[in-house]
Amino acid sequence: MDKNAISVPRVVPRKIKEKYAVQSPRLVTTDEFLAPGHRACIGCGEALAVRLACKALGANVIIVTATGCIEIISSQLPWTSWRVPWIHTLFENTAAVASGIEAGLKTMIRKGKRPDKDVKIAVMAGDGGTSDIGIQALSGALERGHDFLYLCFDNEAYMNTGIQRSSATPFGASTTTAPAGKKSIGQTTWKKNMPAIAAAHDIPYVATACPSYPFDLMDKVAKGIATKGPAYIHILSVCPTGWRSATDLTIRIGSLAVETGIFPLYEIEDGKYKLSIDFPKLRPVNDYLKLQGRFRHLAEETLNEIQHRVEEEYAKLMAKVALTKGLNE
Amino acid sequence: MTKRVGIEISQAIGEAVKLANIDVVASYPITPQTHIVEHIAELVADGELDAAYIAVESEHSAMSACLGASAVGARAFTASAGQGLELMHEVLYVASSMRLPVVMAVTNRALSSPLSVWGDHSDAMAVRDTGWIQIFTENGQEVVDNVLCAFRIGEDQRVLLPVMIHLDGFHLSHMIEPIYMPEQSEVDKFIPPYQHPLPLNPDKPITMGAFGPPFIYSETKKAQEVNLTAAKEVILQCWKEFASIFKRYYHPVETYHSEGAKVLLLTMGSFSETAMIAIDTMRKEGKNVGLVKLRLWRPFPFYEIRQAVSHAEVLIVLDRALSFGGPAGPVCSEIKAALYNEDKKPKIISFVGGLGGRDITPDGFGEIIDRGIEISRTGSQQEFEMYGVRG
Ligand SMILES: Cc1ncc(C[n+]2csc(CCOP(=O)(O)OP(=O)(O)O)c2C)c(N)n1
Ligand code: SF4
Repeated sequence: MDKNAISVPRVVPRKIKEKYAVQSPRLVTTDEFLAPGHRACIGCGEALAVRLACKALGANVIIVTATGCIEIISSQLPWTSWRVPWIHTLFENTAAVASGIEAGLKTMIRKGKRPDKDVKIAVMAGDGGTSDIGIQALSGALERGHDFLYLCFDNEAYMNTGIQRSSATPFGASTTTAPAGKKSIGQTTWKKNMPAIAAAHDIPYVATACPSYPFDLMDKVAKGIATKGPAYIHILSVCPTGWRSATDLTIRIGSLAVETGIFPLYEIEDGKYKLSIDFPKLRPVNDYLKLQGRFRHLAEETLNEIQHRVEEEYAKLMAKVALTKGLNE
Repeated sequence: MTKRVGIEISQAIGEAVKLANIDVVASYPITPQTHIVEHIAELVADGELDAAYIAVESEHSAMSACLGASAVGARAFTASAGQGLELMHEVLYVASSMRLPVVMAVTNRALSSPLSVWGDHSDAMAVRDTGWIQIFTENGQEVVDNVLCAFRIGEDQRVLLPVMIHLDGFHLSHMIEPIYMPEQSEVDKFIPPYQHPLPLNPDKPITMGAFGPPFIYSETKKAQEVNLTAAKEVILQCWKEFASIFKRYYHPVETYHSEGAKVLLLTMGSFSETAMIAIDTMRKEGKNVGLVKLRLWRPFPFYEIRQAVSHAEVLIVLDRALSFGGPAGPVCSEIKAALYNEDKKPKIISFVGGLGGRDITPDGFGEIIDRGIEISRTGSQQEFEMYGVRG
């Protein structure tokens, strides 16, 4: 183990605990907009995240979904799990479809062809549909400033097609197209920083979230959907099937991703960075990695490399928080 | 009666789209289509057309944005050609399969490589099976009239299908022609407001675009096929009503001196106008030749084609696209298939020409017809011949 690794008992995130919502869970709606009975694997973090996000979005929304797990688990003709208007067309074009919906609604309201109701628009796509094949359409829609919320459910690979690597797959993970082998550690590239790419479009709201922190996630989705203009939330979604992890550890693994600093929770509001949970000390990344079969093959040397990188990235994020501290005040 | 105005056909499409009072236009530049979306941009900028103008970042997104707009009940239009049409290929299937009546003008263009911005029908043939209603046009007036008809046909509750209006790149898109532009009041009467029966709306949540496992996929496709085939009746009705108001007549298959002609030439698009000149000349020379023009490409007008050509001895089909390694030009293959089981049918000769913007002159059409007659007698070693090509 790296001598620099910090080992602390499970940290209770102070900020979150202080939130009113945590103490009043009954304020969360009992309405389910993603109906039970969908086809997700046991312990699917993505399905949980979608369910929570839907609670925050409410009923007055149109959801555009990309091809991928979310679509496949929730829609099979002649059934549907959706209790809100929902459209799926293709894999890489969700942001463009949302652009058309937004433009269509706005114009029809202006021309008196639809009642003047502020219907919200949310996109739901996987990391492949977002950071790889859909990045062009997403960039276009963010740049054009359409009023919609884009939710990327990041399970760190193309799961629907069988755990192929994406640009969001973390360094060292074994996937079916970047498998660990005698001469490979699996993924040899570092995870693409998609929230930073979204933020580079100077959109009003960017955030990261994880269903292990359900109230934080719902708060952010509520904020994102209320934002005028484009908003982007990147949601780490534990996938037991693809991560080779125990199905009863989904919540725990999500928490560890945050506690180790591998997936920090933060918001960028009008350019101002804000950590959602500030840990006095980060846990060693191996606490997180060792629970997942996809990292099982990693030697200590690689683990150290990952630890080092995580600390570096975390420091960069903290620097951005410090740099933008006085902004918009 | 309205006045005829001299206008570039691309601009006239913009004017037609304005008359149709569209809600959303998605635009991406590609020659020879760009003048269309540029003109629409001007109309929007000047407040003459109240529409959302989405300057998307690709044709894939252009068609995708149109899907979204149409799914909430907005009237959506885009235009494309060549590589752009190819880039939106997979999206085209979704528009028809999800019954979203988007209207698109396609200024037909050759496909790379080598890059060619000039016209032929390669792009149209590549999207043949996308499930869109597809209409070919010969001149500016036909383009304007059929763009208007496209909205009415596609949005008809019995149809609800996207419609492509094909016009030849440059040969039509960049021509200035005298065109009758209908009055707004006439168009308002002719095209009722678009009402999707089940648009995306929180008041009545529906699921659009669920996936289809093997036990149901075939049924969805059969429904789509039945629907597209049945759309022909509505198309015919629309053209009939158009004629009663505007006194201009459109038919799935049109003919020129074809009655009683022993030899027929079949063309599609703007080349038909040049071919008519050739037919006139040959008729003066005493040759018994005629012309058949295919306007409605999808749904394919089997009945009308059989009616139009079965009496002839020789039918020469000119394609402006190649089906590499295939049995004939793509249009000719379909004509052959449509006639194969008929008792009385002409010999069918396939020519491919006019690729990548190459002209065929009236004399050229004369040569094609003469050579076609010769092949009908002597036969040919080739499945089809390419006209006017070196090497
Ligand atoms: C153009 C296109 N390419 C490939 C596919 C195949 N495909 C469908 S879903 C999928 C993976 C989705 O991965 P991701 O976006 O990460 O979502 P997940 O399933 O992991 O939630 C792929 C590759 C497709 N449907 N369309
Ligand atoms: S593969 Fe992963 S993301 Fe997809 S349904 Fe199963 S657990 Fe969820």
